[in-house]
Amino acid sequence: MNASEEQGRVMKGGTTVERKSERELVVTRTISAPPRLVFEAWTKPELFRRWWVPKSLGLALLSCDLDVRVGGKYRLVFAHGDSEAAFFGTYLEVTPHSRLAWTNDEAGEPAQVTSVTFEAVLVPGMGEKTLLVVHDLYPSKEALEEGISSGASDAMPETLAQLDELLVSLAAPAGES
Amino acid sequence: MVQFSRARLDASFSAISDATRRGILEQLGRGDASITDLAEKFHMTLTGMKKHVGVLEGAGLVATEKVGRVRTCKLGPRRLEQEAAWLEKYRRLWEARFDELDQVVMELKRKEQVDERK
Repeated sequence: MNASEEQGRVMKGGTTVERKSERELVVTRTISAPPRLVFEAWTKPELFRRWWVPKSLGLALLSCDLDVRVGGKYRLVFAHGDSEAAFFGTYLEVTPHSRLAWTNDEAGEPAQVTSVTFEAVLVPGMGEKTLLVVHDLYPSKEALEEGISSGASDAMPETLAQLDELLVSLAAPAGES
Repeated sequence: MVQFSRARLDASFSAISDATRRGILEQLGRGDASITDLAEKFHMTLTGMKKHVGVLEGAGLVATEKVGRVRTCKLGPRRLEQEAAWLEKYRRLWEARFDELDQVVMELKRKEQVDERK
């Protein structure tokens, strides 16, 4: 971790994440195309499915249904080992080329709400770019921190593996290590 | 990955090897608490709780502050590092997503330019 990073804010490679409050996370990024095209990539299932699940995640997206209108539903189904995992919810706001908001219902009630704004940024000589601001609002501080502590427990096996290595090196008879 | 010094790793490991101490960390994640609060919650004596908090404090997982007669416990600097590490993981997910979004959008842009020339 870079020591110069402020508490609760991480910024690298053009994508920033900030913990705005006890239950809010904000992600920002500039994309080199006008909002019209970025909005299209966000609302057409055949385009959306090409980027929403990054390859590095190693998850297979089995289906992607987006009914992008206020009150419309979305449903994403992933292969998860031998079983399937679904992410689903309802669009709360759909304002072409400028704003989307939806619920994340898979974790139960009350739902986490995600919104994204598409803001046009004029760069002289480079045309129009889009500033994306993704805002995750968790139903409670606990819901957000559950993510943090589950992330922390993910890190545990690494810590244990290090301990293992350490014990092995300590246990190795003198002269052999 | 964060490299731990041997002494620090030992302290962290023995601190989190105990279920009560893991419970204390979880509890403090929800809010600061006094030693008395924690002792009550975990059905322990004050002395017993002080011992557990002492171990966690030694590993940098908990920080304590005495105001008047009350010693308040909160998550220590190591826990904050954990939060920063988690935020970084979350950021990396979005970065990977946006990098692929960039590709898709560039393709749309090129297609549009070709169509305009037709």
